[in-house]
Amino acid sequence: MEVNKRLYENYVKEITPVHSRWKNLLWAFLVGGGICALAQLAVNSFMSMGMEKDAAMAWTQMLLIGSSILLTGFNIYPKLVKAAGAGALVPITGFANSMVAPALEYKVEGQVFGVGCKIFTIAGPVILYGIVSTWVLGILYYILSLWNIGW
Amino acid sequence: MDRKVGRASLKFERPPVIESSASVVGKKEGEGPLGSSFDKIEEDGMCGKKTWEEAESFMQQQACILALEKGKLKKEEIRYLFAGDLLGQLIATSFGAGNLEIPLFGLYGACSTIGEALCLSAMTVAGGFADRVLAVASSHFATAEKQFRFPLGYGNQRPFSSTWTVTGSGAFVVSDPERAKKGLAKITAITTGKATDIGAKDSMNMGAAMAPAAYSTIARHFMDFETDEKAFDRIITGDLGEVGRTVLLDFMKEDGHDLSQVHMDCGMEIFDKESQDTHAGGSGCGCAASTLSAYVLRKVVTGEWKKILFVPTGALLSTVSFNEGQTIPSIAHGVVIEHME
Amino acid sequence: MDYIKAFLVGGVICMVVQAIMDNTKLMPGRVMVLLVVTGGVLGFFGIYEPFAEWGGTGASVPLLGFGNALWKGVKEGMAEEGLLGIFKGGFTATASGICAALVFAYLASLIFKPKMKE
Repeated sequence: MEVNKRLYENYVKEITPVHSRWKNLLWAFLVGGGICALAQLAVNSFMSMGMEKDAAMAWTQMLLIGSSILLTGFNIYPKLVKAAGAGALVPITGFANSMVAPALEYKVEGQVFGVGCKIFTIAGPVILYGIVSTWVLGILYYILSLWNIGW
Repeated sequence: MDRKVGRASLKFERPPVIESSASVVGKKEGEGPLGSSFDKIEEDGMCGKKTWEEAESFMQQQACILALEKGKLKKEEIRYLFAGDLLGQLIATSFGAGNLEIPLFGLYGACSTIGEALCLSAMTVAGGFADRVLAVASSHFATAEKQFRFPLGYGNQRPFSSTWTVTGSGAFVVSDPERAKKGLAKITAITTGKATDIGAKDSMNMGAAMAPAAYSTIARHFMDFETDEKAFDRIITGDLGEVGRTVLLDFMKEDGHDLSQVHMDCGMEIFDKESQDTHAGGSGCGCAASTLSAYVLRKVVTGEWKKILFVPTGALLSTVSFNEGQTIPSIAHGVVIEHME
Repeated sequence: MDYIKAFLVGGVICMVVQAIMDNTKLMPGRVMVLLVVTGGVLGFFGIYEPFAEWGGTGASVPLLGFGNALWKGVKEGMAEEGLLGIFKGGFTATASGICAALVFAYLASLIFKPKMKE
């Protein structure tokens, strides 16, 4: 029996069940929003302690990262992501989770080639492309500003 | 004499027998619908070892030792070992069953490995090259996730089409009918599958990638033996899951075969998808192997099922081929297992 | 009011990304890269900063904000040190976040063991 590959792809798509979209979206909204609201609470508290806004933001970010890493250690964060999807992946906490997860998993393969290399397997690309893309934009901005084009 | 049938099948005139078998599984499998049937359930995912890989090796070795014990056999009585797993360079085997000091053929057929091992075991015994051989395959959820997907602590949402790798192993002693001390069932025929590539690319939907291979092997078996689904009490696939089952049934229907009553999938039996949240079902070498030993073989022994076609499927991808944008070829091997009077 | 804004803005961003993930086969790793780069580009066009001022943590906590922070660093570096600043700025601005993630993740790897999923 000859099967057209394109047809097969469409056919498989048809018979494959999908997540209930609305439930997914709602969870992502609630958890994502919740994390951001908690972060706002942290920022406001730091500022009421007399911190500058930038410093308060930085401390909040570190607080989020630390909590996410702790929750991953206790195997709670993966469960949160399972329910909330992007709601837990998109905030900076997801970035922290993507660093600590391979660090835990690969420590049995050694400090250098295990933890050292693998800690970047998921988060590395984020740093790489973040740095490279903004560098390129920086150069572009620099050239434009030489011609007195800017905003 | 044994003879070649059709293009890809063999029929054994003096069918080798399965003399003994054993299964070892993890905690989650033990909590599933087949829980009480497994010979041994390891509550600790690491089996008290330091790494997941060591744990898988340990389980594989345990399955072999249990199979020997149940058959009251010594390892010196086994001439060859046909063993495989899912990991790169078969490390679970090399450090697991490989330790038994039995001459070893390491096999890779992805999740179809136990089918491949049983085919080769039967051929070796039927050909008179051994009185007794051992076939074993294993998989472990954590080693498979680590190798093929993400570290366990990394959060992600698994789509409904994805399967859950079974932590477990199944071992089978295949023997010459006259030398065997007892016989659970006999292997009367085999059909070797070919790599089938339908262009599937979604590694989270393995069922859809592998179903064409199951179809190809079952159709080939029907053609080679000029038979059909009515000859079997069950046609049993390894880990197609819900999506794969739908594809297989649809494909067979096109050819005029109705498998809906006779088809069973080990992956769909081993977990309760509602309460265990395993989505499309179980997968991995250990899925077909442990279910065959704990559940299917028992039905054949009692005679509830007289004749079955066991067709475990495997997806032949690696993380390299996947990242390089390749499709997912798959394979399935057919083994006919019959009740012994 | 701060909290409601942060909740709504962060929630909507996550929801949109969830919709993208559900409707395409994008792996989470690619989504994260996409977000950071998008944040940088939005920052470049001067869109993200006013948005972040308004949306508070709702805009800065998602990875888009990380991208924007990288861009802000590059721009500030450039203002102070010209070309050299383009090289220094991105890391300077995000140093505390990246350092915290690395240090905490490393410490965690000393303490915790990976666990089976249930």
